[in-house]
Amino acid sequence: MQPIIQTNQLTKVYGMGDVQVTALNGVNLQINPGELVAIMGSSGSGKSTLMNILGCLDRPTSGTYALAGQDISNLDKVQLALIRNQRLGFIFQSFNLLSRTSALHNVMLPLVYRRQQKLSPEAREAKAMSVLEAVGLADRAHHVPTELSGGQQQRVAIARALVNDPVLIMADEPTGNLDTTTSHEIMALLHQLHARGRTIVMVTHEPDIAAQAQRVIVLRDGQIESDERR
Amino acid sequence: MATTSQPLNVETQPLETTAELTLDAGLGVIGLGEIARIAWEGVVRNKIRSLLTMLGVIIGVAAVIIMIAISAGTEATIAEQIQGLGANLVFIQGAFGRGGPGGEGSNTPRLVYDDVAVVESVRGVVGTSVEMPTSQTVKRGTTTLSDVSVLGTTPDFPSVREMGVANGRYFNQTELERSAKVAVLGKTLAEELFGSEDPFGQSIIIGTVKLTVIGVAAEKGIVGNTDFDSQLYVPITLIFDRFVPSQFARFIGNNVRVIYAQIDTEANMDEVITQIELRLASTKGITLDELPFTIRTQNDIIETQGATTAAFRNLLAWVAGVSLLVGGIGIMNIMLVSVTERTREIGIRQSVGATPNDIRLQFLTEALLLSLVGGLIGVVAGIGGAILFGATSDMRTVIVPQSILLAFGSAAAVGIFFGFFPANTAAQLDPIEALRHE
Ligand SMILES: Nc1ncnc2c1ncn2[C@@H]1O[C@H](COP(=O)(O)OP(=O)(O)OP(=O)(O)O)[C@@H](O)[C@H]1O
Ligand SMILES: [Mg+2]
Repeated sequence: MQPIIQTNQLTKVYGMGDVQVTALNGVNLQINPGELVAIMGSSGSGKSTLMNILGCLDRPTSGTYALAGQDISNLDKVQLALIRNQRLGFIFQSFNLLSRTSALHNVMLPLVYRRQQKLSPEAREAKAMSVLEAVGLADRAHHVPTELSGGQQQRVAIARALVNDPVLIMADEPTGNLDTTTSHEIMALLHQLHARGRTIVMVTHEPDIAAQAQRVIVLRDGQIESDERR
Repeated sequence: MATTSQPLNVETQPLETTAELTLDAGLGVIGLGEIARIAWEGVVRNKIRSLLTMLGVIIGVAAVIIMIAISAGTEATIAEQIQGLGANLVFIQGAFGRGGPGGEGSNTPRLVYDDVAVVESVRGVVGTSVEMPTSQTVKRGTTTLSDVSVLGTTPDFPSVREMGVANGRYFNQTELERSAKVAVLGKTLAEELFGSEDPFGQSIIIGTVKLTVIGVAAEKGIVGNTDFDSQLYVPITLIFDRFVPSQFARFIGNNVRVIYAQIDTEANMDEVITQIELRLASTKGITLDELPFTIRTQNDIIETQGATTAAFRNLLAWVAGVSLLVGGIGIMNIMLVSVTERTREIGIRQSVGATPNDIRLQFLTEALLLSLVGGLIGVVAGIGGAILFGATSDMRTVIVPQSILLAFGSAAAVGIFFGFFPANTAAQLDPIEALRHE
């Protein structure tokens, strides 16, 4: 089976000249389809840096990264954007929804930038609606984010991450801004996705959240300190 | 909340069948309709600010249309006036003003009444007219009109100046030579003096001279500053003899200001003018270079007037150009603010797959939209302003359709030009930093 993520000596160095920060230092990682992986580590250990590269928002300084068999280490900005659109779904700590745009249109956004198998506006709306329904927010479709609770906003964000059928869902502290109850709701949703075969990589600071994952990777100073499967 | 227990019913496709990956963005252009919708949302999101941003463009576009309407109106007025002067005319103008009898100018040759015959004798000249105006009191019965313009002319006047005689006739050569006491009345003047009576053959008194009315001119209206209908036309010789007698006339002839010569339409205008100049110079016994007269054609006058309007128009073009420039800078300014404010939005769009070109196009379209909407408002304001200006002032305005296109086109160009820098700034944002932006 082809791994979803395959990295080889992934390294990221920030800064030029004298002041250099090695945020990632030779990360070798393989994540297979259907895995739910939690990434942990102290602040500054390189979690976000790794997520940015795995999420095709940034390129490594050296090393290689293949996403679902596609080597992306040498792609340009435009190609990275296309990969993000077709292969990835993002869930952020701060939701990152367009604030004056309805939930429905937020969910439709990845469809708008889709190049292959373009959908008509009606089909986009129908698809976005069905995903919103799936996350239990059909009745809130025409509300703007400020009219939604934090948990609801994050569910809109999850719907947005799902709408283009990504091979990988990236979640950087998806419950970081939520209270315990809501956190559990969101985690339940992620578990459901996982149960349906989605591959999910998530960063978290909370051990009880991480404990829900089958695999926990701990970073330290830009390197993998431990990688445990249960 | 009970939502946790709600089953997830997204049909998740097996990963093996995931669609082929496309790494070719093509032109990087998502649907234009979509782009327009996004840009439109950007514009209406902040209506007041958008309106203020457009203000420069609105003023610029309105200024272009109003100013071109004014100058087109002025040109049309001038063209009509010149047409009214008569066809194929040249104007021979003497050096006058300073000097006078005995003054320093007394030695320079003057344009005199006898020169009319000289001009007339040139081949290609089909008619001449010479005019000498004076202002007199006119009496008829109990009616007395003061300050009536009395114009001394020659028999060619009606044809050269294209004025018809509606009733009766104009005076002839014999009457001219004899300084006959005959008069042709302008239409309005005839009505003032005679009412509904037929003036033909009746007498009027000009100053102290009694004249016989031999005709009434056809209506011609106002040409330039002259109201042809309120004047009175008499043989020019009569003016010299009875109204503005000059003690020097015996020696140097009767001064005239302008001689009009009508040129044969078949003849070469420049050649005829040279011939007139040569003939006049030899009459005065001087060389061509010493000839102090200016000979101008209708076209010269049109050009002079045209130059004046052109200068005016250039000034207006500058004003309009500067307003458009200011408008453009305003758009750039606001767009830059907007890009900064919406950095996170840009990051979000990038994270879901917007390419730099998508972002660039979005902001470019927004700038274009701002300038086009501004342009549209400007066009409406410009047309309204031009009509209002024409109605409330004594200047005429003619709305030139091309000026609307020009103004609108410039507005669009300004939008694209000044939108480019902010759009590029947005397109080059790094997605990670953009997402982190507060
Ligand atoms: N854009 C950047 N320029 C320079 N240094 C950076 C940049 N981004 C991150 N770093 C540095 O790289 C290292 C790893 O940062 P990263 O954000 O990946 O940590 P993290 O594990 O996500 O921390 P946190 O838990 O606080 O979010 C840190 O030392 C950080 O200062
Ligand atoms: Mg982080």
